[in-house]
Amino acid sequence: MKKVIVFLLLATLGVYLAITFFNIGFGDPHFVNGVKDFYLKETVENLHVSNTVTSIVVNFRGFDTLGEVTVLFLAVTALGSILYKKRHEVGARSVLFSSSSVVTAGSKLLFPAVILLGVYVFIHGHLSPGGGFQGGVIIATGFLLMLLAYENYSVSHTWLSIVESLAGITFAGVGLLGFMNGGTFLQNFLPTGVLNNLFSGGVIPIIYIAVGFKVAAELTGVIYTVLHEKGVK
Amino acid sequence: MDSSLFQLLDYGVYGTAILVMLIGLYGALVKKSLLKVVIGLSVMESGLNLLIVALGYLKGGTAPIFSDGFLNGTNKVMVDPVPQALVLTAIVIGFGVTAVALSLVIRLYRHHGTLNIDEIKNLKW
Repeated sequence: MKKVIVFLLLATLGVYLAITFFNIGFGDPHFVNGVKDFYLKETVENLHVSNTVTSIVVNFRGFDTLGEVTVLFLAVTALGSILYKKRHEVGARSVLFSSSSVVTAGSKLLFPAVILLGVYVFIHGHLSPGGGFQGGVIIATGFLLMLLAYENYSVSHTWLSIVESLAGITFAGVGLLGFMNGGTFLQNFLPTGVLNNLFSGGVIPIIYIAVGFKVAAELTGVIYTVLHEKGVK
Repeated sequence: MDSSLFQLLDYGVYGTAILVMLIGLYGALVKKSLLKVVIGLSVMESGLNLLIVALGYLKGGTAPIFSDGFLNGTNKVMVDPVPQALVLTAIVIGFGVTAVALSLVIRLYRHHGTLNIDEIKNLKW
């Protein structure tokens, strides 16, 4: 009975969505003068940033990104407080298996390369696809690899929170500096440089590097917390 | 190739995205295991992200990056960058939602010793 109701609901929703979106049309210009034209023009002419998505996320909607980073921080804090444990109860890992020497040696070899790729992705966030969030996730996967390969690999929570706080302070501080120099929060106050150069885009690379460090620290913290969760047996 | 076939393929992108969304919603509504409910929620979110990105596509458009290849090339059409930026935000928020949901699942498992929502009597209504 329940499944019939669910199928009816899904069918209704599916038909409704399909009709709506098929009427919109795929690949057609939906707006004659959309906000996208303004963004594309401003990005290349005033901000000198190659990646328009980056300039939208960090500059035009920078305040939104600050809120997004805050939401991420809140989610990590909530996860830590829901899974709270007293210090002496933290010990054995929930995922317990010994890895072969091939896996451990290979992980050690891959780890610096993964970190380097993550750093590359967030430093070049204004030039190529990628950015702070993506680079941070890549760095966190590097730590996940090490945590899975070595049973007693540990990450210092103190260092994670220091990195996270410093990155957050950098983001908010750059925003406040813009407030003092230019007039609005997160406004660009540095020279924008030449399009497609590494040192271009004013404050955008600085903010994205801060976001990269913050996301990497937060995700590593999540992985570490969940991995050291002991099940009830 | 026939133009109507192309049109069908184009709408297939929307169709796939809607299908992924519905599969996720089905999992979240019907499955008994709490882990599968969380998986269903994140599958639904992937479908929604796909739908939003597909909405911003323009025929013949390239990625919205002013690389040297684009500036010297002949193609001057770019896809809409705004949905992509919004989806970037949505993915991060989705990660936060999944993390908190999984931590609640872990807490429930620690308390009840099971993940089956039928056996967790406190959730009955």
